[in-house]
Amino acid sequence: MRGGLWQLGQSITRRLAQADKKTIGRRCFASDADLKKTVLYDFHVVNGGKMVPFAGWSMPIQYKDSIMDSTVNCRENGSLFDVAHMCGLSLKGKDAIPFLEKLVVADVAGLAPGTGSLTVFTNEKGGAIDDSVITKVTNDHIYLVVNAGCRDKDLAHIEEHMKSFKSKGGDVSWHIHDERSLLALQGPLAAPVLQYLTKDDLSKMYFGEFRILDINGASCFLTRTGYTGEDGFEISVPSENAVDLAKAILEKSEGKVRLTGLGARDSLRLEAGLCLYGNDMEQHITPVEAGLTWAIGKRRRAEGGFLGAEVILKQIEEGPKIRRVGFFSSGPPPRSHSEIQDSNGQNIGEITSGGFSPCLKKNIAMGYVKSGNHKAGTNVKIVIRGKSYDGAVTKMPFVPTKYYKP
Amino acid sequence: MATKLWASRAASYLRISTFHRAFATVAKDLKYAESHEWVKVDGSSATIGITDHAQDHLGDVVYVELPEVGASVEQFGSFGAVESVKATSDINSPVSGKVVEVNDKLDSSPALINGSPYEEGWIIKVEMNNPDEVKSLMDPDQYTKFCDEEDAKH
Repeated sequence: MRGGLWQLGQSITRRLAQADKKTIGRRCFASDADLKKTVLYDFHVVNGGKMVPFAGWSMPIQYKDSIMDSTVNCRENGSLFDVAHMCGLSLKGKDAIPFLEKLVVADVAGLAPGTGSLTVFTNEKGGAIDDSVITKVTNDHIYLVVNAGCRDKDLAHIEEHMKSFKSKGGDVSWHIHDERSLLALQGPLAAPVLQYLTKDDLSKMYFGEFRILDINGASCFLTRTGYTGEDGFEISVPSENAVDLAKAILEKSEGKVRLTGLGARDSLRLEAGLCLYGNDMEQHITPVEAGLTWAIGKRRRAEGGFLGAEVILKQIEEGPKIRRVGFFSSGPPPRSHSEIQDSNGQNIGEITSGGFSPCLKKNIAMGYVKSGNHKAGTNVKIVIRGKSYDGAVTKMPFVPTKYYKP
Repeated sequence: MATKLWASRAASYLRISTFHRAFATVAKDLKYAESHEWVKVDGSSATIGITDHAQDHLGDVVYVELPEVGASVEQFGSFGAVESVKATSDINSPVSGKVVEVNDKLDSSPALINGSPYEEGWIIKVEMNNPDEVKSLMDPDQYTKFCDEEDAKH
């Protein structure tokens, strides 16, 4: 699945948007006119953004900085990402929590108000429909963000279950936040820069916490979270205030926080060992296989009560047959679908994401191997274009995470 | 060219961002393939690399997969691959023949392709089977126009 130099603009999009299988192997893409634009589109173009199709949206793959420089700058200074293509959603009602707990593996009831967690929407077979960051705003309000590429599927899934839940008398309703835009501010300068723009004391707000507050004159939903492994925030801002907020952030950082595109975002999340849905997690992969057992609350393990619980709880007890692990390797960077072999040349799995790490200056990858081959230090072969190269299973994250914790 | 290379290396060492040039350069004495490789012909010998335009689109090159000396290459056939942070791309040979030399420096310094695509970043040398094949390639003016048209499409 690689092309000649002529298709450069498309190749990363394809790599990032594996979920959208229809576009793969068929070199015709939706014309630009069919693509959705975020309110920051013109701002991206003015700032040198190279726009590419991604999950039905026209998004910047990079700006004037190279992906290598952008990735390193995020960890040394900071990055501002437009992630308004992602879908923010509020569930409200006195039964919002029991409703959501039927669909996700998290202990939502056990979350303190104003805190959140990464979770997984599961199907009846225990496979992952999507991953999502959920926040318990109050006992009758949950805020969550789902992947752009999964929006239609997720909303249909939630709606279907909501109908039947309500027909049995459950009190829950939803609001899709299409009136808001989502920005991600990540890196060591994220907090000091954002502090200039709000009166709230951000030093008392820790990783996973959520507040509704005034930022740069607009009422925002602020979550201390992200997708880079760095400290940082996701800011849900009324769309009419999004461009002003982006400008203010860049200005207050004196140019050190840089606009950063999807290319560096992919390098950053890979270095942080985070899954990209559609690549590293799919319908047939359970959260246990994906290494997200930690996200299944204790109470949920004891009680079940979510879709696919039987499969998932059995896997926790017996151990999964396959597991997601990280790799270092020599030779060309592994890409998704590269075969993984044991040292005797037997197939043991497949790479799901891989690339050259801009921060570590070497190849990193993640993929699934048969259990028994998953221990750190296990030597493997990774097959790329018919040749096998040495690799070793390694612990993730590849680059230490810097979440802001008390 | 050497100075420019040093500058970009120093910039990358110091982690300073160097801005992309607005227009990629097209060297005058070379011939070009539509898949963005250049060839420099000297008698029956041909030196092959990828163009400035190509390296600019690819971004930071992190690995170059080279063929063995003695391997046969066919005109417009793939003989290797270049990996950047962004993507993997085939490298196609603009001419048919036998590989007589490969640029081993690319093993340890793949970024030579970014810093010096027409000089130090050359990829292979080929003993041509049919020097007439060069006639089917583009000259510098045609290639410049070709790149402009291609960029306009995106």
